[in-house]
Order: sequence, then structure tokens, then C-alpha cells
Amino acid sequence: MSLSMITPEFLIERNLERCIKCQVCVRQCANEAHRYDAETDTLSCDDLACVGCHRCVTLCPTKALTIRKFPLEFRTNANWTPDAIKAIYKQAETGGILLTGMGNDKPYPIYWDHLLLNASQVTNPSIDPLREPMEVKTFLGRKPEALEIKDGKLKTKLPPQLELDVPVMFSAMSFGSISLNAVKSLAAAAREAGTFFNTGEGGLHQDLYEYGENAIVQVASGRFGVHYEYLNAGAAIEIKIGQGAKPGIGGHLPGEKVGKEVSETRMIPEGSDALSPAPHHDIYSIEDLRQLIYSLKEATRYEKPVAVKIAAVHNVAAIASGIARAGADIITIDGFRGGTGATPLCTRDNVGIPIELALAAVDSRLRSESIRHQVSLVIAGSVRNSADVMKAIALGADAVYIGSAALLALGCHMCQKCYTGKCNWGIATQDPNLVKRLNPEIGARRAANLLRAWKHEIKEMLGGMGINALESLRGNRLMLRGVGLTEKELEILGVKAAGE
Amino acid sequence: MAVIDAQGVYYKELNQQIHELINKGETYIKVINVNGQRYIGDGLPEGIKLELIGTPGNDLAAYMNGAEIIVRGNAQDGTANTMSAGTLVVHGKSGDVTGYAMRGGKVFIKGDVGYRVGIHMKEYKDMVPVMVVGGSAGSFFGEYMAGGRMIVLGLTGSSHLVGDYCGTGMHGGVIYLRGEVPEYKLGKEVRMEQLTDEDKNFVAAYVNEFASYFNYSAEEILDHKFTKLIPYNTRPYGKLYTHY
Repeated sequence: MSLSMITPEFLIERNLERCIKCQVCVRQCANEAHRYDAETDTLSCDDLACVGCHRCVTLCPTKALTIRKFPLEFRTNANWTPDAIKAIYKQAETGGILLTGMGNDKPYPIYWDHLLLNASQVTNPSIDPLREPMEVKTFLGRKPEALEIKDGKLKTKLPPQLELDVPVMFSAMSFGSISLNAVKSLAAAAREAGTFFNTGEGGLHQDLYEYGENAIVQVASGRFGVHYEYLNAGAAIEIKIGQGAKPGIGGHLPGEKVGKEVSETRMIPEGSDALSPAPHHDIYSIEDLRQLIYSLKEATRYEKPVAVKIAAVHNVAAIASGIARAGADIITIDGFRGGTGATPLCTRDNVGIPIELALAAVDSRLRSESIRHQVSLVIAGSVRNSADVMKAIALGADAVYIGSAALLALGCHMCQKCYTGKCNWGIATQDPNLVKRLNPEIGARRAANLLRAWKHEIKEMLGGMGINALESLRGNRLMLRGVGLTEKELEILGVKAAGE
Repeated sequence: MAVIDAQGVYYKELNQQIHELINKGETYIKVINVNGQRYIGDGLPEGIKLELIGTPGNDLAAYMNGAEIIVRGNAQDGTANTMSAGTLVVHGKSGDVTGYAMRGGKVFIKGDVGYRVGIHMKEYKDMVPVMVVGGSAGSFFGEYMAGGRMIVLGLTGSSHLVGDYCGTGMHGGVIYLRGEVPEYKLGKEVRMEQLTDEDKNFVAAYVNEFASYFNYSAEEILDHKFTKLIPYNTRPYGKLYTHY
């Protein structure tokens, strides 16, 4: 074997005074970074195997372990960073496409952090949500041109709507990319919080049909697990055109991850690759998209909203306009920071645009064409906290999807190794020994807690603005001010600079 | 049997009429003067029979779930899209992406079919979709095919059985051809093989069924050399990636 130039990313330090040789670290590390030698009764570490997931650190009973960045310095070079150099070593050794997980981690601008929310002072007094009602209920779906009300009753027949008690849903994450216990956690949390989880393109496992009322079922180019019962099991259907972590390319679940249960859910043989190519091969135009939207509406007898999910790309506003005109009830836009179980590094870090700009551009475009009411806008691709939710809604979103944040609630530590199938936290894995580390009841509680906390915070911030209904914040960009942004960025975002 | 006249009826109303009849307990519906209406038979369950006189539009029998549809005319694009179960018999041609992601049931087309037919066809355990094409197929036949069986008979006198890039990206399932295909027309993921006895029995059973629908002699059709196409492996993209 030729010399490998790959050096560790992390350094494992064991405090021998604290270590009691219980070997929890050895048993917990699926990457085999810790080893025990029975003959010498010693523990050793393989720094190269460590992914920095903190499983051992968290579970070590005597807190004997520390993980830090491996202190190996290349000669300082602002252009050839250690990451850029190491990527070349890996490709020179393997000739492969660099595969990574989660979302874009490069230091591009995060526009949420350049937007500030308003609050009331003196005039238009703020509201205390603890003693006054605050309405955060959200309805997703096509809205009629006008409402006819007679004798106090609504006469207009409304198109199908999704009713959300909190404007946050769990993003499309397939069973396959994440474990069944992870999907169960999110499904149960969605039910408790009065919101929705999204199946991703992996079908709906039999155990999850009971959560159908809180499920959005996805139809992607590979059509995995798509059949009549599946389409009718969910509350809505989402056509996946693209996702923020890999705009323009398809999905690919490697055969190693297609075990018995995944095979049953996707309805493909065990061990076979599940290929979702980049395009739907029956969609080459807005008219073709319309055909798929309406074939799904026909198959579900017009009883469910149909969403279309796209990645935020350069021409997103025009595309969204086309999707609205194609008959979609909901448009989901996933920004370039959106996460994933596996994506080529080159695509993840270089393709797409920030969701904040995409959202503002789409909302403005649909308004200018007087078709904003025809669709609801849901955004994804990195919403990190309740303030991001508020800013998204003020920019024009009806609701948001959270993926990475939801997985963090379940215990994800952002090591970005989802694609290896060795997730030590039982989330992005199909290994039964790892999957059982995530208790779905505890997972559900944690994910529901997150939504509960955010809902309270949203009410607090709304109250601070003197607003008592989320609907009054929706698309209300006067509640936002920009800091550290150029004229052009402010123009696209449609917000004034702080101080104006 | 109930009869619906589809003359000048928009697809949405036509499909609604069909669904209303089914809801009332009707199991055999004949639709006359069909002229391009889309989505006919979408998601229809077992026990329902539709006879369509004319030319149904795109996405005929999409997500169909056990019903039987007979078309006395040609079908258009997206026929049997993501169909789960049932039988579709077309006494004519069928257009592009016929059988897209089909995962069960049987489709018999008397004439030719368009491009990308059988793309993403899948199978799982006893759910094995089967399509028999009486005529010839366009390019990208069986693209990304992951399971199921397709038979091309070439009975319409076309100079080719299949177009270019046949079986590109194929990683499961079997294509049976009545005759041979020049190597250059095949996707790089597939190879040609001789039929085993099991294959021959399979083909004979479906050719018999095909012949019974369209008044052909099964013996005459079967009295010909068949070849089969299968993928080299089920993991065409197994070694594409390296871990970052």
C-alpha cells in the first residue's frame, strides 16, 4: 500500500488519573477510535478514526476524555487552507467524488444575523403573551380570491389546508437517511406540537401510518415507496424537485443502507442502490410539473394540498412563479445551507443561494404578480432558532421547515459524517445497535420541547412588537431592519437599514 | 355496465363522473368518445373495469391500484405512471414514459411505445410489474430500471426493436427482446444473454396473454429467437465516492 497522507482531524486526550478503564468509550465508538488491549490492560486511541461526535466524552463516567482539533499546522496560507490541501490528498488517493453530510459550513454571509426585529416603545404598547391571547396558528394551502360570508358562516369552499399550531415543521428526512427511531421521534413530536413531519423520498414505514395526519408524504424522481395508500396516508403531498444541500443533482442511498426495513418501506430489494436521479423524467417544463401536480390531486381526489419543493437557485423567483401557476398549493424553498445525509462537497459548498434572499425575492415576485395568495411559502435551509423563524415570517414565509435543528434536538453533534452510516447518536444510521441508542419517546419529548420553547419565544417577540397574531407579521418587512448590508442587499430583502 | 359520453367533457368532470359511478357501486364503466382527457383511472382499486373508446390523455392509469382498463385506441404519455397493481390493455400505441416507476401490475400495448418507457420500473418481493410491447420501443427503454420485466415483440414492422441507450443506468429487472439488438444501442450497464428455461416459460405465459387480447397466434410469436438484457450489477455507482 502506498503512503497515506491523511492526518487526523481530532486529537483524543485521555486523562489517565481519571480513567477507570470501564471501556464505555470502546463500546460507544462505532468508528473504533478507542481500543482496549486485555493483555496489557491498557486503552489506546486512534485519532484518525475520530469524527468529533462527542459520544465518548458525553458518556465517559469520570469525564476523562477531551477531544480537540488536531494541532497540526500547515505553513500559513490564506489560499491553500488545510481543508483544501487535505481534500486533494483524499482525491489523489481514491479518485472519488468527495462526499459529505449536513449543510454548507463555509463562512458565507448569514443574512438572519444582519436582520433585526422591531419592538414597541411608548406608542403602540407591547403585549404580554402570558396574560393576553396570541394567535400563532398557521394555515398552509391555496387561499381563495375572496371570502363569501353569509349569516356569520363562511360560504366559500376553501381549498384543502394544513393547520399548524406552530409555524415550524420537520423537514423531509427519509427513513434510510435517518433511522426509524429518529423518524418516529419527529412524527410523535409533530403530533404533540400540532405540526407536520415530512417523509422524505423514502416511503412511509408501516409503524408510521398511525402518524399519517401529521405526515407530508414526498414524491421524488425515484418514486420510492410511492403507491396509492402512501399518497392517501399523509395530510399533504410534496413533490421534490430539489434540495438546498444538492441543487441540480439527485439522491443516492447506497445499497449498504438498504436493509430489511428500509427495503420494505422503499419497496426495493435489500442491498440494491436506491437512485433518485436529478430530474423527474416526466418533467421538462412548468406544464409537465402541472401534470404531475394534477395527477397527484386526481389520485387523492383533490382532498390534499400538493407542495413543490425546490432548491434556492439563481432564478428562484421566476421558477416559483411558474410553480404557483402550475397549480401547487405550497412552495417549499430550501436554501444553500440546507442539510442532507449525503452530498458531494463541491455541490454542497458552492451551489445555490442564501434562503433569506431567495425568500424575499420569491415573496416580492409573487406579490407583484398578484398570485401570492395562490400558494403558501415554506422555507428551509437553515433556521436555527425562533428569531430566525420570526425573521423568515416577516420576510414573507408562511412557515419554516427545520431539519438540522430538529436532529440537534435528538442529539446530533454536527460531525457531518451522516453518510458513513455510523452515527453514534443513533440518528443517521441503520445499524440496529446504534439505532437503539435513540429512544423514540425521549427523542419525541426533546423535539416537542424545542417546538414548545420556540412557540413561547415567538409569542414573546410578537408581543414585544405589539402584535397579537402571527398573521400580522407575515410579509411585514417594516418589522425588520438591516445591519451591515449593501444597498443592493437591502433592496432585495426589501428592508430598510437600521436607523432609517 | 354504465356508459359515459366523454365528448367535450373536461377531464376533471369526466373523472368525477367515473368516481361518482364507482362510489355508487358501479364496477364496469364504458367511456365513449374519449379525446385526450387526462388522469383517467388514476388510483382506481381492484374490482373496477373501465373500457375507454377513443384516445385517453396523459397519465392514464397513474398510481392505479388493481383496476382493469381496456383502451380501444391509442394512449398518450405517462401511461401507467407509478402504477401499483391491475391490468391495462391498449389496442394501439402508447407514448413517452409509459410505465414510469411502475411497481406492480401488467400493461399490454399492442403497438409501439415512445421514449423512456419503463424508466425507474421497480420490483419488491411478489410485486413484479410486467409490460409487453407488441411493437417497438423508442430510445432510453428501461432507463434506470431497478426491477420488473419488459418484453418487446416488434410485431409492427418497425426497422428496430428498441432505440438508442437501451437500459442505461439499469440495475435490476429483465428486458426480453424478440430478436437481437446491436451492441451500440445498449447502455453500458447492461449485457445480452440467452434465455433460460425459466425465462422461456415466463415469456410464453405473457405472450399467450398478449396474444389473447389482440387476436395474435402465440405460437407464431414465440417461434422466434428471443434475447434478454440484464444489468451487470445492482450497484452501478458503488465506487463513485470518497469520504471527506
